[in-house]
Amino acid sequence: MATLDKKEAATPVGFPGWAAWLLPLLALGIMLAVFALSNPLALFTANLPPIEQLNFERIRVLEGGFEATLVNGGPDPVTVSQVQVDDAYWQFEISPEATIPRLGRAQISISYPWVENEPHQIKVLTSTGLAFIGEVALATLTPTPGLEEFLAYGLLGVYVGVVPVALGMLWFPAMKKMGRRWLGAILALTVGLLVFLLVDTFLEALEVAAELPGVFQGIPLVLFAALITWLALLALGAQRRNTTGRNNALYLAILIAAGIGLHNLGEGLAIGAAFALGEAALGSFLVIGFMLHNITEGIGIVAPLVPTKQKPEMAQETPESPRIAIFAGLALLAGAPAILGAWLGGFAFSPYLAALFLGIGLGAIWQVIVEVVGLLRNYAEREGMPLFSWINLAGFLVGLGIMYLTAFLVKF
Amino acid sequence: MGIKGIATRTLSRRDFLRALVTGSLAMSGVTAVGSLGSKASTRPGGRHANHPDSGLPHTETHPHGLSGTVGRVNHQANGFDPSTMLTEWDFGRVSTLPNGQTLREYHIAAIDKEIEVAPGVFFPGWVYNGRVPGPSLRCVEGDRVRIKFVNAGTHPHTIHFHGIHSASMDGVPGVGAGLIQPGDETIYEFDAYPFGCHLYHCHATPLKRHIHKGLYGAFVIDPDPARYSGEEQQIARTRNHLYPESKEFNEMVMVMNAFDTNFDGENEIYAVNTVAFAYMDQPIQIKRDQMQRIYLVNITEFDPINSLHLHANFFDYYDHGTTLKPTSRTVDTIMQCQAQRGILEFSFKGFEPGLYMFHAHQSEFVELGWMSFFEVVE
Repeated sequence: MATLDKKEAATPVGFPGWAAWLLPLLALGIMLAVFALSNPLALFTANLPPIEQLNFERIRVLEGGFEATLVNGGPDPVTVSQVQVDDAYWQFEISPEATIPRLGRAQISISYPWVENEPHQIKVLTSTGLAFIGEVALATLTPTPGLEEFLAYGLLGVYVGVVPVALGMLWFPAMKKMGRRWLGAILALTVGLLVFLLVDTFLEALEVAAELPGVFQGIPLVLFAALITWLALLALGAQRRNTTGRNNALYLAILIAAGIGLHNLGEGLAIGAAFALGEAALGSFLVIGFMLHNITEGIGIVAPLVPTKQKPEMAQETPESPRIAIFAGLALLAGAPAILGAWLGGFAFSPYLAALFLGIGLGAIWQVIVEVVGLLRNYAEREGMPLFSWINLAGFLVGLGIMYLTAFLVKF
Repeated sequence: MGIKGIATRTLSRRDFLRALVTGSLAMSGVTAVGSLGSKASTRPGGRHANHPDSGLPHTETHPHGLSGTVGRVNHQANGFDPSTMLTEWDFGRVSTLPNGQTLREYHIAAIDKEIEVAPGVFFPGWVYNGRVPGPSLRCVEGDRVRIKFVNAGTHPHTIHFHGIHSASMDGVPGVGAGLIQPGDETIYEFDAYPFGCHLYHCHATPLKRHIHKGLYGAFVIDPDPARYSGEEQQIARTRNHLYPESKEFNEMVMVMNAFDTNFDGENEIYAVNTVAFAYMDQPIQIKRDQMQRIYLVNITEFDPINSLHLHANFFDYYDHGTTLKPTSRTVDTIMQCQAQRGILEFSFKGFEPGLYMFHAHQSEFVELGWMSFFEVVE
């Protein structure tokens, strides 16, 4: 009797269940057809000029010329009619078609005697006479993915990512020897470092997102990537606590390493792209700067692993001396993404991927901060100290200060 | 016509010549043309600018790549061709008034029209009689000139003539007929003075927009030989289209103009007679031994001056064309502010036949379309 009632309720006028799901879609289809046929907006659009939006996704500087990738981010197809280089009409080839469909891409090849280390400008004129400009900030050959270049960019990633993180971890024995009351300060320093990375990643993400064609909604993309990552980490954390509830310190270290890794991926992208765009004029200075900048990250990663012998309940959670393989793994997790970033940035820079990765990094770092602050609070409670003690604030300030000051070496 | 088809077409001999010259922006005379073409560019580090593996458009003959536009303008669709425009005159409907004065009646209509100013680049123009520049009006000193102007466009327009006339015939807003509203018409009438190379243009506001949209044209008043004597009379006869002596000259009208296709207050296209590089694609053939006369008008908007430089040769110049003796002799470059104009006279008598370049001597204008060739033939 009850089931019969249910059935009647579900299909009150005798439709099968699937038809009820389709009904709104069918109605929508009819409304769209009526709208398209009657064109009630004709009054508004009668004399509107076409809206065109072309974006330069990438300009490669080759032997004897340029190759530019264009993306049509506007609502209508755009036809590329002429190309100017440095305010002079120049012959070009375009493929696959001169008319680029909405969200479509085209490649323009231009033979041009560009000048090493001088800026150039490529201007595309569409059939409606609108102009879109792409800049070559400093002309130098864009690296092509050969083995030599591949290794060179990989090495760049090793130097700015893996090496400084690993070096920072070498402070672990010294940190172990420090007095108990300093552990809170070191955790606070880690928070300061992470807050700096959070802000840095956020600004970097906004910059990349702003360069995406409007249709891809760069800033929402970044924010949503961050939100999803944060929620995923929350879910992961909740699951972990339900099942194991042990080895919290190592989990936190892995989480910090992963968050820093995502940030370093973004950093690697930026460095790779900068080198590829010929901004490597700062070359070794930039690399040294990043090494100094990132060395603090190593301290942050191992901070939760410092054993607190004095408290038996915490000693349970943290193994006396994590194996060397764990340290190596953490260093790679945090540092190796810089290698991947350098490759991507150097050979296949994609602003979409960059925005996405930076968004993910943003969400990860946020959750890492939450977790480290949680650890710090637990620690403070056990020590009977306030969370916002002067010593913790000092640690936070030092972390922030070191990152801010060493950033002088890499921001320009 | 699709760009793709054009871009991949095989290069004609003319393209080759153009590439040789424009690839290195030769401005120093015909003798430079051959040698420039053979120079290969190198960059610091000694690398050759063109690499066979680069995948860029290149041919063995173009170490520099090619400057210039890609493709051809559809002159038929435009309704005017810069090559025929050079020698097209509107002499008006000619009759004689009871007092013996010659009456010339012209008909000019302003319309909105999209024109192709460079291959594939379309400009929403306002034009006189369907063309930019408008018809080249020609009459003789002292003629009665009567222009019926119809505004078939969508904005108020006028015609303002450079010349002598009464206040009510000045074609400016608020004076005489003032602004002619869309659908309205008026008559501008005056006696043609002084002889010279003049122009007309719309004087509706905003002035910049009305001019750079395409509302302008050349207005030439020939001297009347009867008013002069001796040598001056002879010169006047060669300048007056009614006299056989004028046929000794190959006469051409060149209006230097430009187009701001994205309306940002800077021109994307520079040209003579509207189409960028029109006389590069189709060099102007001139006979080596014939005298050449150019009626040159500058109506370029946004830039303070424009200029003309003739390669490998010199010319006599009559500023405003209002004198029978040259105002500058033996010059190869002259400059004009907006609305300044003049007459150039020269010949290639005794020269080697071939391509001789002329262009603005503002390199920016040259590379944005104001670059041309004379092809001197025997």
